[in-house]
Amino acid sequence: MSNYKYIGKSAVRVDGKAKITGAAQFVDDLDFGPDLLYAAVVESPHAYAIIQKINTKKAKELPGVVKVVTGKEFPYRFGLYMHDRYIFAQDRVRFVGEQVAAVIANDPATALKAARLVEVKYKKLKPLLNVGDALQQQGVDRVHPDLANYFHVPWFYPKKDSNIAHFRKIRRGDVGEGFGDADLVYEDNYVVPRYAHCAIENHAAVGKLDHDGRLTLWTASQSPHTQRHLFAEALAPLGFTHQNVRVITPFVGGGFGGKAGVTMEIVAAALATTVPGRPVKLLWSREQEFYNTYQRQGVEASIKVGVKNDGTITTLEQTLLWDAGAYVEYGANVVNAAGLSATGPYRIPNVKIDSVCVYTNLPPGGPYRGFGYSEFIFGLESHFNQIAKQLGMDQVEFRRKNAIRAGDQLAYGAPMHANGLLEAIDRVKQEIAWDTPKEIPSDSSKVRGRGFSLFWKAPAMPPNASSTAFLKFNEDASINIMVSGMEIGQGYLTVMAQIAAEVLGVPPEKIRVESPDTDRNPYEWQTVASHITWSCGNAVKRAAEDARDQIVDLIENVLEMPRDDIYLENCQVRSKIEPDFALDFTEFIINGLMLPDGSWRGGPIVGRGMFMPEFTSALSDPETGQGGKPNVHYTVGASAIEIEIDRDTGKITIPKVVLAIDCGQALNPDLVKGQITGGMLQGLATVLYEDMRFDDQGRLLNPNFTDYKIPTSLDTPDQIVPIIVEVPQGDGPFGARGMGEHTMIPAAPLIANALYDALGVRVKSMPITAEKIVAELIN
Amino acid sequence: MKVSFTLNSETRWLECQPNQTLLHALREQLGVKSPKCGCERGDCGTCTILLDGKSIKSCLVLACEVEGCEITTLEGLMQSGLTPLQKAFLDQNAFQCGFCAPGMVIAATELLEHNSSPNRGEIEEALAGNLCRCTGYAPIIDAVLDLVDNGGK
Repeated sequence: MSNYKYIGKSAVRVDGKAKITGAAQFVDDLDFGPDLLYAAVVESPHAYAIIQKINTKKAKELPGVVKVVTGKEFPYRFGLYMHDRYIFAQDRVRFVGEQVAAVIANDPATALKAARLVEVKYKKLKPLLNVGDALQQQGVDRVHPDLANYFHVPWFYPKKDSNIAHFRKIRRGDVGEGFGDADLVYEDNYVVPRYAHCAIENHAAVGKLDHDGRLTLWTASQSPHTQRHLFAEALAPLGFTHQNVRVITPFVGGGFGGKAGVTMEIVAAALATTVPGRPVKLLWSREQEFYNTYQRQGVEASIKVGVKNDGTITTLEQTLLWDAGAYVEYGANVVNAAGLSATGPYRIPNVKIDSVCVYTNLPPGGPYRGFGYSEFIFGLESHFNQIAKQLGMDQVEFRRKNAIRAGDQLAYGAPMHANGLLEAIDRVKQEIAWDTPKEIPSDSSKVRGRGFSLFWKAPAMPPNASSTAFLKFNEDASINIMVSGMEIGQGYLTVMAQIAAEVLGVPPEKIRVESPDTDRNPYEWQTVASHITWSCGNAVKRAAEDARDQIVDLIENVLEMPRDDIYLENCQVRSKIEPDFALDFTEFIINGLMLPDGSWRGGPIVGRGMFMPEFTSALSDPETGQGGKPNVHYTVGASAIEIEIDRDTGKITIPKVVLAIDCGQALNPDLVKGQITGGMLQGLATVLYEDMRFDDQGRLLNPNFTDYKIPTSLDTPDQIVPIIVEVPQGDGPFGARGMGEHTMIPAAPLIANALYDALGVRVKSMPITAEKIVAELIN
Repeated sequence: MKVSFTLNSETRWLECQPNQTLLHALREQLGVKSPKCGCERGDCGTCTILLDGKSIKSCLVLACEVEGCEITTLEGLMQSGLTPLQKAFLDQNAFQCGFCAPGMVIAATELLEHNSSPNRGEIEEALAGNLCRCTGYAPIIDAVLDLVDNGGK
């Protein structure tokens, strides 16, 4: 057992009081004074059309309108991994709701009214609303005729003259031989539609260009530094560089990937440059939140698996066709990540995976908690369930037998690291009482079923994504930590405080960790990929160690104590040899220590820390995916559910769900459990309730919470049992690795498999609504 | 038009347009920022406040309707520091991003005003108009239950 004082303890959240009292400020809570302007955008009513003419005259004439801006003023593209997205649509619009122009006015109502007065003449094109149509479309009416000219990261492989923005191939072993060795080959197809993040805070951005040329953006974002970089990159033709672009990000009302990268914020940045001296606010409505940020991409999965009679998987062939939407600057990397890992956490010697990013005329796809893994795991874990059934093998035993272990080769050729997958499987199996019969409901119209699923996920990030931290002491031995990760609810600020607390012997309640300002706080790539605890945690730990070393140096030099005897505890320097020695930090932490001659040594203690993985590489053979090490590590786990279905109504209730995850070291177990409880419900919602509907013109029919149902307090499982497994991550802070996204990944196959267990019905498309279940039963 | 009312025990008045919502009047004109705007159609509950003791969605009420009413927002509940309910929320980590927290605390406060010992089902029912995307609700329900088990302290 460890001897940590603050690590592994459920410290009270450092942001708790702010959030529970309403003191926490979100972007729309900030006060910008009476000079504030408001913007509204003009949206495309068509999924695909040529813009022939824009007439802004009537809008400009409306009293209270300050400016009308169109794509003509900002003919720039931007994007995270591929520059394919526009600040404003240029010659064509590519999805319903895309911003074509914007109005800036003195009040929000005038801005909205004027936006409706902007006249845009379109020539409609045939919209490509599904992957099948998009793959067939060639010629000038492809979604991006200029695809070949777009900048993209070197690990993307666009296909010329097509709607394929990226084609990730994995080829390992010999698939033909693998199927030959198999006793059973099983094939099927699975469909996962699009989903919306539904953070309760809508996107919001305020931009201001000062008269001295400095552009500041206040945004609801997971990615302040990445936003600064993308703003500077896109607005470079206007003379902006990183030096005069600043992003300030207060508290964020939920992210789930939807506030990663840059979406609507670039519009606010561009608009601000047109009204120097005045702040301009752009708030997304709930509707816009649904159709003009990112959506989780839909996927059609074709899976073919070979197994031996003893349950050994010999081969996996999987094609994932992603409906990535109109712009894929972020979403193409979801496709990439899924392609690399679509074996799931299984040892499979022969693998062929094609993960294909297809442009369509639907809203842009992008990052969503789970980053592609929730999507492929639905099909894969449904499929494995059926295979175990066909083999007459217990499905948990089937999974356990094939579960990936340390040293096994991953699909891209690198070895798997030590992990707690087997422990997770065993503990989940025991907790759900897998081997004991299910309860028989007293109501004969009801029936119970159990489902099981494994899951895994690696952070999907560039190989050199980094985190940094500054740490400074104050006179009272309190600490300010400056980092640029975002507190999006997960408890990041608290955990960073705990890490520094452990190194420096200062309790977390004396440590402030605050939201970033890119001018003040050091670099962080983004708060995504479940990498922040691991990556920024390492940076904070190093910053704390740097500060600790300075303290120890000072004590060693001035008091002539051997450094190995020194330790820090409760804001004091203590000695292992002299138990009575105790020097308060307050005695020296700012002003240093005085020598006998009256001169001083030391001074304010300030630490710095940086972390960048230096062992990863995204370079690999494009035809096989072999040769690189694109992923830093995987977080693995297992989950099981017991459901009760009403045969008459199809309604599913959930008596119990169990999820075990190997987070290396739970830095704060309560926060880990919070991720499990919240993530599981978000996952269950994708399979039970949420159902995005488009009409035949590509218009989203249900962009609101009345018609797109996310769970309420009435829709919670009776019991969620979180299980923490801890096989340390060697390069993680105190052995920790991330676990935020993972908790929703197994939810969909859990329900599908439990439904099959209960009724023998296999539903192969999400969501599995009551309506769909009843329809299956009638058939 | 001019409207006067009691806001968090103080008499206030404001000039409002006939179509202005109470939510926007509170936030933009009076600077009371704990009610948040999440949907503007009564679905999400982040703008929940107490109007004459009843929890309502302030995005569904017009400012001009509250003449003579008593309005309490989260700010008004804390006149003697954190309420026991807020402390229970803190202890149970009954929030993550915190955006829904003000509305959630208001809704739970109203429940406890009318029913000092609600069971789990009654709590779920009372909070069903307030959406939370982070916590999965269990910690919020547990916080209220915890308070009930401790006799409201």
